[in-house]
Amino acid sequence: MVDFMITLAAMLAGVAFLLALWRFFQGPSDADRVVAFDTMTVISLTGIALIAYLEGRGIYLDVALVYALLSFLGVIVVARHLERGL
Amino acid sequence: MLDILGGLLLVAGASFHLLGGLGLVRMPDVFNRIQAGTKATTLGTLLSLAGFACLQPAWTLKLFLIGLFVLFTNPLSSQVLARAAHRSGSKMSTLTTVDVLEEKGDMRADAK
Repeated sequence: MVDFMITLAAMLAGVAFLLALWRFFQGPSDADRVVAFDTMTVISLTGIALIAYLEGRGIYLDVALVYALLSFLGVIVVARHLERGL
Repeated sequence: MLDILGGLLLVAGASFHLLGGLGLVRMPDVFNRIQAGTKATTLGTLLSLAGFACLQPAWTLKLFLIGLFVLFTNPLSSQVLARAAHRSGSKMSTLTTVDVLEEKGDMRADAK
């Protein structure tokens, strides 16, 4: 039962990732691509936590934390660049 | 029992991820996409992390830290991104009727 739920959740998150990836390649403007990138990284947090659970290694959660930090910085930097403030 | 609850939370969170991705594809302009792409996925991530905390109670503190971080940074990045899109001249959908940022005037433009 729980295994089925985890598989279903992984599939739903994977479809969401693919939709965001479509917008990343399609996006008419740069801001669209940055939004798609931000969405993909946030979905990846769930993916990393899922891998940590399946492998049974808590240390992978630290990877998720650093990943969240770096993706946040990346989005801020690109947004400042779009604003011509950097 | 806690396992079932964790699985349900996980599926709910992944469903919100799916809704966010769908909004990213279907919404008409950049600003609507920012709303769909960040709000829905923030809630989805929080629900998913809560689900993992139910499945593996020993990890609750670390998952809570990640959730707190997402809760702080995601609205901030979406706001900065929306402001950047507005200043770089992204067109709004024709369905949008109010542009408060334009009415108030851009502070940086005033300074020049």
